[in-house]
Amino acid sequence: MAKIRFILHDGTERVVEGEVGNSIMQTARDNLVPGIIGDCGGNCSCATCHGYVDPDWMDKVEPPSENETIMLDGTMHQENNSRLTCQLKLTRELDGIVVRLPISQV
Amino acid sequence: MTLPTIVIVGAGQAGLQVAVSLRELRFEGRVVLIGDEPHAPYQRPPLSKGYLLGEVSTAQVTLRPSAFFSTQHIELVSGKRVVAIDRARRMVGLDDDSVVAYDHLVLATGTRNRPLPVPGAELQNVFFLRTLDEAMALQARMAEAKNAVVIGAGFIGLEFAASAAKRGMGVTVLDVADRPMARAISKSMSTVCAREHEKMGVRLLFSTQVMRLLGEQGRVSGVETVDGRTLPADLVVIGIGVIPNSELAATCDLTIEDGIVVDEFLQTSDPHISAIGDVAAHRSDYAHGQRVRLESVQNAVDQARCVAARLHGQPAAYQALPWFWSNQGSLHLQMTGLRSNDEQEALRGDPSGTAFSVYLFREGRLTCVESLNRPGDHMLARKLLTGRVAVTPEQAADTSFDLKSLLAAK
Repeated sequence: MAKIRFILHDGTERVVEGEVGNSIMQTARDNLVPGIIGDCGGNCSCATCHGYVDPDWMDKVEPPSENETIMLDGTMHQENNSRLTCQLKLTRELDGIVVRLPISQV
Repeated sequence: MTLPTIVIVGAGQAGLQVAVSLRELRFEGRVVLIGDEPHAPYQRPPLSKGYLLGEVSTAQVTLRPSAFFSTQHIELVSGKRVVAIDRARRMVGLDDDSVVAYDHLVLATGTRNRPLPVPGAELQNVFFLRTLDEAMALQARMAEAKNAVVIGAGFIGLEFAASAAKRGMGVTVLDVADRPMARAISKSMSTVCAREHEKMGVRLLFSTQVMRLLGEQGRVSGVETVDGRTLPADLVVIGIGVIPNSELAATCDLTIEDGIVVDEFLQTSDPHISAIGDVAAHRSDYAHGQRVRLESVQNAVDQARCVAARLHGQPAAYQALPWFWSNQGSLHLQMTGLRSNDEQEALRGDPSGTAFSVYLFREGRLTCVESLNRPGDHMLARKLLTGRVAVTPEQAADTSFDLKSLLAAK
């Protein structure tokens, strides 16, 4: 298991635990974390699981694929640390990762 | 006062999302989710793609872990079918003779496979691909089969064909239309997809039909076409569309017309019953006010959210922009908006390559965008269409023109 600290746009925090191997999007949905939608089920096709990876954790996550990068370009509130959380698989190294959520997904 | 009970019939993507959204909205009443498949709710899109290639497991297609249902107090009833609705007493009857009373009923009964009405369709090693059980059986057969014939060049047929070709099988796809995905996408996009499938090693036969399936010892051995061809096959996949499961609604006299007819709030002709997802026929602004029945994840989950919000006292007309996707081998196809037949096309990017988009216009207005391996175009198109931003075919076709600037100007 690995812990994820979600910080919602209004500042509310939700700490949830997910299984190693599951995506951050999946873990958010399984725990009813508001603000992550994930309509396409993790197929990198909808860009509704957008989150900002805390700068301290950026070097611990795999870089985005070309497809993810293009999809991110289409999101509303893109920042340098924007990621599609369906593409981020939990590992032991990511235990404690902090992900901030955008004001809206669409 | 007792809290209301919401009963949802159909535990697919739409039905599950109603339950999830109700709990997200902090609805405190009882939520009963009834599905006739033996599995917990799962997503269908990967079944014809990663699942067949062994890249996605059964656990990974499951939409929520089993603990989710108990912690969220969602009463999941799997493997049971609702067989009757008593509108006067507001009760549903199940096939195990049990009954459940409701204050509001949501019908999310989906669709079923359209059968192939030819001799031999009942032979072994003839498959459909809609449910998890069907995908499991097909995946098992793919480990041994050498030659697949696919009947129907729609999304499901072509997704399977790409997966089978990738696994080294010989694959032939045949269709009565003159091009792939003829019902769903423009001719320009269709032409490029056909060319790319052929590069993947998929053989395509158009403007033909199956006469019968041939068998040996009860197992399929070939496909005979009406124009006299015999194609050897040790595996056949039938993907010729689906039929809405509206019979249950018809038995209690709800209005049916290619699906269960709903108003702009997704309510049926009974105010205590809503219908959503693949089975619901609704009028769409994106179809110029015509009634449509859309078979997609987007439509299922957005309609579910719309109904959940209304049941929670926040009624709003359903107006979500339709969008779809299909992955066929290296082809990543995304579509948004709805197309009609009398449209003007503008191409962005190079259709001789594998990354371009088709912008479709009707009476000068952008109505639909199809993108092949250009997800940025797709994402932007969704904003252009929801914002009803004016775009000209000339701007769409000019890659040096930044379409994003139109959003800023608005």
